[in-house]
Amino acid sequence: MPEILDQARDQVLHNGVGLDEAGVLAVLNLPDEHLSATLQLAHDVRMRWCGPEVEVEGIVSLKTGGCPEDCHFCSQSGLFTSPVRSVWLDIPSLVKAAKQTAATGATEFCIVAAVRGPDDRLMKQMREGVAAIRAEVDIQVAASLGMLTQDQVDELVDMGVHRYNHNLETCRSYFPNVVTTHSWEERWETLRMVRESGMEVCCGGILGLGETVEQRAEFAAQLAELDPHEVPLNFLNPRPGTPLGDRPVVEGRDALRAIAAFRLAMPRTILRYAGGREITLGDLGTRDGLLGGINAVIVGNYLTTLGRPATDDLKLLDELKMPVKALSATL
Amino acid sequence: MTAAVAGQTWCDRCGEAAVAGAHEQCAAARALEPPRYCGRCRRRMKVQVLPVGWSAICVEHGEIRS
Repeated sequence: MPEILDQARDQVLHNGVGLDEAGVLAVLNLPDEHLSATLQLAHDVRMRWCGPEVEVEGIVSLKTGGCPEDCHFCSQSGLFTSPVRSVWLDIPSLVKAAKQTAATGATEFCIVAAVRGPDDRLMKQMREGVAAIRAEVDIQVAASLGMLTQDQVDELVDMGVHRYNHNLETCRSYFPNVVTTHSWEERWETLRMVRESGMEVCCGGILGLGETVEQRAEFAAQLAELDPHEVPLNFLNPRPGTPLGDRPVVEGRDALRAIAAFRLAMPRTILRYAGGREITLGDLGTRDGLLGGINAVIVGNYLTTLGRPATDDLKLLDELKMPVKALSATL
Repeated sequence: MTAAVAGQTWCDRCGEAAVAGAHEQCAAARALEPPRYCGRCRRRMKVQVLPVGWSAICVEHGEIRS
């Protein structure tokens, strides 16, 4: 057994203290022959500190495309030659999407907008949309609307939004290679306000943007410092017309190693499978990740791309004897 | 699923002529993507992806749904 796994067993599994950046890097650099032992340890950590339940979430795009920012992975930027056009979702369709999500057993419904930050029109749409969902659907509402002002944070709290997603996307040292229209520190400031407001913080990123293994470890450590309630882990799905459109997808074993390493850095967080898992890991890899530290999934489609049918994921959870977290457990 | 398969004029993923190659990569990608171009006129469509399904609107040829 490699020394780092012995260390992690004692420090993370038994004491609940996550690995630091050097420890995460050591895990990411483990050879393939130790991958199954690493995944098993990450799974044991998840079961010890989070339990067997899996949090299921659906997401929907309230405002698609036409974003003024230049996040190099994103097909919704208006600065690239992506074929994605700008479109707004109306309130009845938003409520219908929430109902469809709740019907899968999901407890979370995240409303997302492709913006730098919300303007008055978007905040009005949110007010009406969240009120309509809360009146008709038994589900927790989360939001992801870019960078916020303090007034907007306060307003989202008043609406009843219980969790706010704002991904740092990648580590601080690599961020300028991925986004030039705003800074990592601006994103951190929104996250600080969200935390202080009492909303749950959801913050993750995307692996496979061209970062080094060392920067992947740096990212895990920075997320651990933030200590978010939830970390959505995406894998780059290269989108036509974006600057990263020709990048290769993350190799499956590297993706699984990263899942385990992030779990060993953050033993108590909700670590969610998000976009790109289908093309990076396929069905078998999805199963391996759920047995390697993941304890939450996005079911159904993503914002501009499609996912596996929710029934496939729910069937897999049933096979793995991992119960879907009940709404009562989240309140 | 793509224009080449459906017998339409334009590939609904990349927007190139359906006869310009087999569009095998487009066909494979479309398993996890909605269409982006109208297969009849090549216009970019307004596409809304939902947790279950999607809809795509061409200003000339109307709406299609999953």
